[in-house]
Amino acid sequence: MYPEDFYYTKDHEWVKVEGDEALVGITDFAQKQLGDVVYVELPEVGSELEFHQSLGVIESVKAVSDMYSPIAGKVMAVNEGLNDAPEQLNEDPHGKGWIVRLKVKAATELEKLMSIDDYEKFLEGLED
Amino acid sequence: MKTTRLHDNHTKLNGRMIEFFGWEMPVEYSGIMEEHLAVRNQAGLFDVSHMGEILVTGSQALDYVQHLTPNNAARTNPEKAQYSALTTPQGTFVDDLLVYCLDETHYLLVVNAANVDKDFEWIRSHTEGFDVTVTNVSDQYSQLALQGRNAIDILKTLTPATLEELGSFAVVHTEVAGIASIVSRTGYTGEDGFEIYTQSETPGIIWDALMEKGESYGLKPIGLGARDTLRLEACQMLYGNDIDDTTTVLEAGLRWLVKFKKGDFLGREVLLQQKEEGLTRKLVGLEVVGRGIARSHYPVSVGGNQVGEVTSGTYSPYLKKSIGLTYLPIDSIEVGTEIEIEIRGKQVPARVAELPFYKRDY
Repeated sequence: MYPEDFYYTKDHEWVKVEGDEALVGITDFAQKQLGDVVYVELPEVGSELEFHQSLGVIESVKAVSDMYSPIAGKVMAVNEGLNDAPEQLNEDPHGKGWIVRLKVKAATELEKLMSIDDYEKFLEGLED
Repeated sequence: MKTTRLHDNHTKLNGRMIEFFGWEMPVEYSGIMEEHLAVRNQAGLFDVSHMGEILVTGSQALDYVQHLTPNNAARTNPEKAQYSALTTPQGTFVDDLLVYCLDETHYLLVVNAANVDKDFEWIRSHTEGFDVTVTNVSDQYSQLALQGRNAIDILKTLTPATLEELGSFAVVHTEVAGIASIVSRTGYTGEDGFEIYTQSETPGIIWDALMEKGESYGLKPIGLGARDTLRLEACQMLYGNDIDDTTTVLEAGLRWLVKFKKGDFLGREVLLQQKEEGLTRKLVGLEVVGRGIARSHYPVSVGGNQVGEVTSGTYSPYLKKSIGLTYLPIDSIEVGTEIEIEIRGKQVPARVAELPFYKRDY
């Protein structure tokens, strides 16, 4: 279910490192919690994001959820496809539903994120 | 938290339970979008047992209901229910409600879950001069709503009542799946459908029978999430959002339920004056033209001046756009009027839209 080579956060975001850049999205757990996603507000390409700065907004039919950047970095690209097909966040959260591509500012920040084992353990704890 | 007698039915169907005004209720089962469209295209079953029921009994029960509500309760009878309001002397809402006449001396008022205690106090405290007794019987009743174009086909084989003969708001005291019930052709979705009240300890028998019979008709269980999006598309009021004790019945666009000729009732004087002098504001529909989704409490502007806020707002699963309701100054209520909704600090273009957003075509 959850890709082995991703990093994860307690806010249910994932980070996939590709060279000195990283794709960021939300996890399958997060999309299930949100329900049907109908609108996504993306950051501007070129903007510099601090750690835990607002990355955008995800809206389901009923709820508005803020999304925060799991690492610092410059926004290299956003998934424009989500403007017309926000449901990709539900259908393929770890793939086509990626949200932004960041230029990683400090690789050391990645070490603070969870591995797949940590994240799965974290999810088990939430089910209690 | 209180649970309804259908709680086990919801958990068996993997309903996601939330707290709703002290009740543990299903907010969704398979997803708001899918549930919403099932009601629009086939049928849906709702547990609305959290709704309150207040019984007014006595020789002057009808007179008392007439005193409390602006609609003409004399037009109800055991075969006909009525949508109405509980009004303050200012013509604003204590609540909106359905009036069921059980017989000449028994009237059942069906009120919002969030307002049961307040309404009961209100109704009990205005009885002076009327020979009536007021009882909160909410815990005795379960209520199911079967809504959608296939509702009649699903229900008709489970009841001896002749459903085809029931007009809108018609009521029949009958059995459903062998259980004594009151069935009315009413609902909160904009679809054809029925609301089923029972005092049985085992309403789950009705739920299960409907779910089983409904399977081949595309029936799905529906949570509170889709209940809200369905009612907003159909422009049904939600107390606490669109109507409350600061909005009058006329401002809410419910002129049709105020029967000035029936005689006196709480709020009549103010409403009559408002009718004669004209309204200064009115509830209108809105649709967002720019990008974004209108949500309740977002500020609304006309010509750069903030004039109010969104009372209800959502993404419409059927119309695939953002819709909402808001009170606007009377000179800005025309359909097509350009307005702006403030969404996270940005002014997003929107316009006044025709109501209801959704009207069934059968």
